[in-house]
Amino acid sequence: MSHDAHEVSKHVRIYFIVGFALLIGTILTVAMNYLHFDSMALTVFIALLIATVKGFLVAGYFMHLMSEKKMIYGILGATAFFFAGMMYLTIHARDDMPHGSSHTGSIRTLEVPAKTASH
Amino acid sequence: MEIPYAVHPRQDTGLYNAKLGIWLFLASEVMLFGGLFSSYIILRIGAATGDWVHGLLNIPIGTFNTAVLITSSVTVVLSWSALKVGNFAKYRVLQAITILCALGFLGIKSFEYREKFLHYEVWKKDGTRLLGHIEHNGAHPMFWNTQTLQQMKLDSIKLLPDPEHYRMNAKEMAHARKEARGHAHEPVTIKTDEIQRLSAFVPGHSTYFAIYFTLTALHALHVLAGAIVIAYIWGPGAKLWKTDPERYINRVEVSGLFWHFVDLVWIFLFPVLYLL
Repeated sequence: MSHDAHEVSKHVRIYFIVGFALLIGTILTVAMNYLHFDSMALTVFIALLIATVKGFLVAGYFMHLMSEKKMIYGILGATAFFFAGMMYLTIHARDDMPHGSSHTGSIRTLEVPAKTASH
Repeated sequence: MEIPYAVHPRQDTGLYNAKLGIWLFLASEVMLFGGLFSSYIILRIGAATGDWVHGLLNIPIGTFNTAVLITSSVTVVLSWSALKVGNFAKYRVLQAITILCALGFLGIKSFEYREKFLHYEVWKKDGTRLLGHIEHNGAHPMFWNTQTLQQMKLDSIKLLPDPEHYRMNAKEMAHARKEARGHAHEPVTIKTDEIQRLSAFVPGHSTYFAIYFTLTALHALHVLAGAIVIAYIWGPGAKLWKTDPERYINRVEVSGLFWHFVDLVWIFLFPVLYLL
């Protein structure tokens, strides 16, 4: 364990502050939604920026990544590399969408199928 | 032969086995959820204008559930801190709160799912599309679709329509809701032969609900699994505290790391699914 007992009790206050910051971040995200920005890109950017900051707080303080062992950073570095690669491929595929992929589900009708024309 | 580094860390890595194991597992989880997130992006940017469902989830409830999960993350890390200073009683109380939060989160999520299964979209043959709840014999049925109408041989359905539709933008939806506030839903009767399609808000309704249910159900399974592990360590597994406290603290730390990851995933899911 990287923290001894004395160090841990010092960190309890930090955990409360981080928890409070996460709640504030959540309120900010929701408040932003009610502001209705004209630009969708701006809305997405702000929402994901707040989520990323919250994510860093959880990972950094609750998961102790601020002071972890090198091997953990190595594992996470490799994960980040492959995650970024996957996202790059996703963006790269943007202009190569399968035809007809933008739909809202299969359409079932109540109509009786039209009779085949008789010859 | 005793397994080495089961409790004490290796000198070169500074990690005990379970900690290395959970981080490798979390790395694979990042790729699992990352793959689904990238699917979401592909589907979102590929959706035709007006086809992407938005604004239909209950934001106050989603916000409350986010707060529940954040609270549980705080209690998890505080319970681990309590054990580190030897305060087992405090750990027990804090982890009991964590388990209650987990159950609360799942309960609220189930309520949200139920709301969706009761909610419908009607595509009429004249091109009109309506959202609302169906009233049948004084009750609101779940999971109906076009085939249900055929099977039940109904001539018409009674729909309590919503004032808004997801084809409106966010501002228009908010305005429609505001205008309708205080007015009772006037039911409309729609003849069955006017209906092209009927669907509840289930995965088959649309691409959005398919990815919404996939992501949130997978996340809920993680919450359930995490809660079971934490409850086991808290309950029957607590005997270990008396015989091997250091190993017990390691178990709490490892389960806590998983729990924080579950919280982390929700932090991204909430804005993406509820607000964008």
